[in-house]
Amino acid sequence: MKNSGSNENSLLRIENASISFGGVKAVRDVSFEVQKGAIQALIGPNGAGKTTLFNLITGVFPLDSGHIYFQGQDAAKRKNFQRVSMGIARTFQNVELFTGMTVLENVMVGQHVRTKTGFLGAIARLPKSRREEAEIREKAMHWLKFVGLDHAADSRAGDLAFGWQRSVEIARALASEPQLLLLDEPAAGLNANETGQLGDLMRQIRDLGVTLLLVEHDMSLTMEISDRIVVLDQGAKLSEGAPREVQADEKVIAAYLGT
Amino acid sequence: MMQELLQYLFGGITNGAIYAVIALGFSTLYSATDLINFAQGEFVMLGALLLVTLWLNLGLPLPLAFVLVVLAVGLAGIIFERLAIRTVSKPDPIVLVIITVGASIFLRGLGMVGWGRDPLAIPSFFKLDSIEIAGAYLLPQSLFIVITVTILVAALTFFYKKTLTGKAMSACAINKKAASLLGIGTERMTLMAFALATGLGAVAGVMIAPITMATYDMGSMLGLKGFCAAMLGGLGSLWGALIGGLLLGIAEALGVGFVSSGLKDAIAFLLLLLILYIRPTGILGAKSSHRF
Amino acid sequence: MNENWFDAMKQSWKKGLAFFVFAGVIFFAGLFLDNYFYQQQLTFIGIFTLLAVGLNMLMGYAGQISLGHAAFYGIGAYTTGALTVHLGWSPWASLPCALAASGIIAYIVGKPTLKLSGYYLGMGTLGFGMIMHVLFREWGSITGGPNGLVGIPSLSLWGIDLSTGRNYLWVVWGCVLITFFICDRLVNSRVGRALRAIHFSEQAASAVGVDTAKAKLQVFVFSAIIAALAGFLYAHLVMFISPGSFNFLVSVKLVAMVVIGGMASIWGALLGSTLLTMLPEWLHAFSDYEMVIYGGILMGVMIFLPQGLTRGVLDIYEKFRIERKQPAKD
Ligand SMILES: Nc1ncnc2c1ncn2[C@@H]1O[C@H](COP(=O)(O)OP(=O)(O)OP(=O)(O)O)[C@@H](O)[C@H]1O
Ligand SMILES: [Mg+2]
Repeated sequence: MKNSGSNENSLLRIENASISFGGVKAVRDVSFEVQKGAIQALIGPNGAGKTTLFNLITGVFPLDSGHIYFQGQDAAKRKNFQRVSMGIARTFQNVELFTGMTVLENVMVGQHVRTKTGFLGAIARLPKSRREEAEIREKAMHWLKFVGLDHAADSRAGDLAFGWQRSVEIARALASEPQLLLLDEPAAGLNANETGQLGDLMRQIRDLGVTLLLVEHDMSLTMEISDRIVVLDQGAKLSEGAPREVQADEKVIAAYLGT
Repeated sequence: MMQELLQYLFGGITNGAIYAVIALGFSTLYSATDLINFAQGEFVMLGALLLVTLWLNLGLPLPLAFVLVVLAVGLAGIIFERLAIRTVSKPDPIVLVIITVGASIFLRGLGMVGWGRDPLAIPSFFKLDSIEIAGAYLLPQSLFIVITVTILVAALTFFYKKTLTGKAMSACAINKKAASLLGIGTERMTLMAFALATGLGAVAGVMIAPITMATYDMGSMLGLKGFCAAMLGGLGSLWGALIGGLLLGIAEALGVGFVSSGLKDAIAFLLLLLILYIRPTGILGAKSSHRF
Repeated sequence: MNENWFDAMKQSWKKGLAFFVFAGVIFFAGLFLDNYFYQQQLTFIGIFTLLAVGLNMLMGYAGQISLGHAAFYGIGAYTTGALTVHLGWSPWASLPCALAASGIIAYIVGKPTLKLSGYYLGMGTLGFGMIMHVLFREWGSITGGPNGLVGIPSLSLWGIDLSTGRNYLWVVWGCVLITFFICDRLVNSRVGRALRAIHFSEQAASAVGVDTAKAKLQVFVFSAIIAALAGFLYAHLVMFISPGSFNFLVSVKLVAMVVIGGMASIWGALLGSTLLTMLPEWLHAFSDYEMVIYGGILMGVMIFLPQGLTRGVLDIYEKFRIERKQPAKD
């Protein structure tokens, strides 16, 4: 395996990733790294290919060309659900909860890859599976408390207010005990107050040792919270650097002003 | 041997053309409403039985009877949409499948109550002899069917490509929201799609009646095979419906002729599974990519 | 945490009571029902409940439609039929074969078919059901062809004749009870949660690490095995099987049982199968109008109560209660 150029601290490395749909080159030759323990942002105008890049990292679509390494391992070879056990978790731009299940159950499903009980085990319900079930419940409660939603544990997920649904999704993702958490526009649809809380929550998540890669349109939040920013435009990487560098980059300003 | 083959081919093309008309019904409806109507075959049956009443019992001239049958069945389709489809509060595929299956049982029951259980014979439309080609015989009715179907496909293509209503309907199919933003009434389009689809069913019923006789339970198998044909050609594609129908008809005829008649009903579904596994969008269907 | 534990205990206690009452009802129904016709009727309801509960796991919980489920019912019946009639096997030896045959075929068919979704899945399963039906009809040397397979032995165990109306009722409903129990455990487990997750969002389920293809295949095979058990019980009950019992309309009836009773509810499946098994009996009086009414009821329930009767009636009750409460509040 060719591992040149990456340092010890790199968690995710994307090399020349490309994919196109029909004629649209949604992601073109994008390369960047995410360092362990960082909060990194991925920004760009609408249709820049941010969500598509998330879909590539999580394995929703296969790469047309390029590589994705996660902790030095070739992630592109793994199926989407296997990447979760590798340690990649995500949320969706248009919140995707299991709406008819309770909030607690949603987070319980999140632990799927960290638990074992299978079809026969579930039927036999031996002490081992009982114990695991109790643990799943306990941990799910823990994550709900972490995002401040333990009081809503038994509500139907679909009945929650939108902002809370976002939090459930984050709790569900955290329940898979990820190394890397991908957040797709977590602040969209939140009010200023909620956005502030979200910022705190993201820092708390980082303090747990989880690396964050987020797509976000709220620039004040992004600039304030990120250690590093990658800018995409029309599928290609436009710029990369610390928030201040990116802010000063003329290409970025031009892309955002639409010239 | 050649002669036999040709004879099977003629039979296959005739049946295939009927499947094609039914498939056209599925396709028009699906492309406008994303709906599969499991009662489509029952509208075929209604067409055949109504022809018996109007042409044989009431003695109307055939062309007039034909037109009236198609209009009446189209109207039945509209009523069906109004009463049973629009009223659905939760339009899941599963719910709609059961409603349309329920409708098919309902209509079959109506057919039985109205026309009895016995098959009714219908004379051929043409008092002509069969045409002999290289030792094989072609019924004039078959020729009529094939010609009608080709005209139908061409006319529908013209309708979708050139007329305002047709274009509006395909706009509906591509994007309901966009269509309604453009002021195209999706409700009216849905209604028209139902009328068109069931009317096409009636055409199939009228044309096939002289070949198979007309009974209350003739529709279910025809409907399902029409659906197989639509899938084969590509659900939503007009020429696909024609190709799928003919392909299915010929495959069945050859299967029956050279393998075993018992297998006839399995062939359509084997082809269906094959196309679903290999290319769910059908022969002429566009390759779709779903989005997240 | 403690409260939760207490709640869970209370829940499982309630559930246990429900099962216990249910078992009691069956036991006494068998004991006091002397009319053979009613016994048989109840036995048929049990067989269809088995089918509906199995299909409900696939449809109600995992959200995957099957319009060909009668095929697995038929595979169970014909496997045991052929082994006992042609080879003279004991039914108890053919039972595992029937279940295995159905499970294996479900695995082979499910693998490509479950990649489809929505109408396409419905049509794929329908196609499979049709092909199996043709096979039952045409493979005369094994299945007896369109005339059916005659001479299937009845069941007996340790010298006890199980074929009396009462005993068979108990056998069938015993199977139902066990299946209920198994399904209930499955639903409330890691596996069941994953299945329900697939129902609500397949995309999100795989994003949290559920191997959706595998989970769907497992539940498909599971429900096929239960259907085969129902087929086995059916074959040894009526001792004669013919293709008509396993055709498309039966598949549709099974789906209707699940949906009308109320999806994702084990008791709903019981209600649905009871109603739809009895309905034709009640409709006999209408003779020629039977089909019209049957079709009309199917449509009506789906139009007005698409959540099924259990949920639908509960919803109406809720609304009624809230409406009654409202004025008091104001
Ligand atoms: N499954 C798909 N099929 C076809 N085209 C797609 C698909 N997914 C994305 N695209 C196209 O790829 C491009 C990038 O889309 P993407 O959703 O990644 O943008 P984005 O940066 O997330 O935008 P936004 O800020 O609006 O969320 C768009 O042109 C989009 O139409
Ligand atoms: Mg996006």
